[in-house]
Amino acid sequence: MLLARQQSVVLAGMGRVLDADLSGAQVLLRTSDQLFAALALIELDGVAARIVIAPPDVKHEHLSAAIVRAAVDVVVGDDPVVACEGVRFEKVHLPAEGPAIATSRKSEWVLFTSGTTGAPKMVAHSLDGLGGAIQPGAARDTVWGTFYDVRRYGGLQVLLRALLGQASLILSDAGESVADFLSRLGRHGVTHLTGTPSHWRRALMSPSNAAIAPRYVRLSGEIADQAILDSLKARFPDAAIGHAYASTEAGVGFEVTDGLEGFPASFIGQSGPVEMKIVDGVMHVRSPRAASEYVGGGELKEDGWINTGDMVELRGNRFHFTGRVGGIINVGGLKINPEEVEAVINGHPGVALSRVFGRKSPITGAIVIADVVLTDAANDNATFRQAILDACRERLPAFKVPAMLRFVPALELTAGGKLARARDRGHA
Amino acid sequence: MSIEIIVRAEFEQVAREHDKVLGRLTNEMALLESGLDSLCFAIIVARLEDRLGLDPFTAAEDVYFPRTLGDFIQFYKDAGAA
Repeated sequence: MLLARQQSVVLAGMGRVLDADLSGAQVLLRTSDQLFAALALIELDGVAARIVIAPPDVKHEHLSAAIVRAAVDVVVGDDPVVACEGVRFEKVHLPAEGPAIATSRKSEWVLFTSGTTGAPKMVAHSLDGLGGAIQPGAARDTVWGTFYDVRRYGGLQVLLRALLGQASLILSDAGESVADFLSRLGRHGVTHLTGTPSHWRRALMSPSNAAIAPRYVRLSGEIADQAILDSLKARFPDAAIGHAYASTEAGVGFEVTDGLEGFPASFIGQSGPVEMKIVDGVMHVRSPRAASEYVGGGELKEDGWINTGDMVELRGNRFHFTGRVGGIINVGGLKINPEEVEAVINGHPGVALSRVFGRKSPITGAIVIADVVLTDAANDNATFRQAILDACRERLPAFKVPAMLRFVPALELTAGGKLARARDRGHA
Repeated sequence: MSIEIIVRAEFEQVAREHDKVLGRLTNEMALLESGLDSLCFAIIVARLEDRLGLDPFTAAEDVYFPRTLGDFIQFYKDAGAA
């Protein structure tokens, strides 16, 4: 397969990228860019006993702890600067001639979760589980692209799809602007493009999205509200648009391709490898695509079931995702899901994206605040603000309507491409 | 602009935005009879914190809610002087 990043295009799987034979090793893969990570993964799978994939933003102290918890005996990286003290280091290089190594085992793939506070956890996957949702046999001219980093679950899914489908994959580049990446994707003729709803909202704001014409648009990692689905349909009328429900812990649950937010009520209880149940309004998943355990301890499952922390609400024949259990804003005992309010604000014409959060109040405990990014700066005025708030009052109970609404030029995303929320601060 | 003027302006602005009919803004006006509800007060306090950098409610060691507008203004003046 062909791997393309900003400065180079590489044919993967041709020749060796590591000089040592790491059969049976417990490896921490830590590279300064995705291309070398992808090359190393292809070579190490079936060779190393365990491959811990470190995303680029993991703090040094968390990495040292991970090395101990995961019993790592060698760090594989593209630059000695990423080496860790006291641990053997092996360098990844571009493919070169070398003897093939027998792939004799099922390697354990260990990924970092995007936890909320403190040190991130690690979960163990098998390649079978990771690839479980992938249908083989893509069309010949498929060119994959992704806003994700392949060192995280969402990006890894794309890497595996490209590998299994023998397709090309265009990797993002950390220092590259959204506009430049979109232009590059266009030049390579991207056909299948994936990212979080926040990635897509940013792409829609960039005029350079005129450069791409994907036939398959995929969203995952965050709640895909009706507004983003409609905006993507309007911008890419000929594309198939799917949003997937997946997490690093639970794997890929399902994909929805009917153009509507949420998922059909019939998905719950239907036969298939992925079992789902709703307990107290929270989604639980039992699946062969889920991670087997937390590496280094901790309870991942109860009787095989994973509590995803995602809240859902049944409206008619459809379940809607309403937010994360840990993200609830409490105003005098009344509970507000930021994502639910954001979905209403995002549905208002002229809004590009929004972030709703709680601000401590000595009077009511907390008040609901909304930061809104406009598609047109000309709307940065009190009248438009009132219009958005009126729309909120129409569609939400009064206590969920933002008490304050500000227009901001941009909203921060996490390294994983999700809207950065206060609870995300201070973790890798 | 003095703290007093800013506080009065915020009361009027929040009342306007929330379609509340404010009583006459005299220093003797009882806040509980002002026409504003607790959410309005929460917003006023948040906006005053943004504008003045002061939140005497959070800073106070005792739980105190001013009874009149005059008390409220004095509460902020005292915080500003501290």
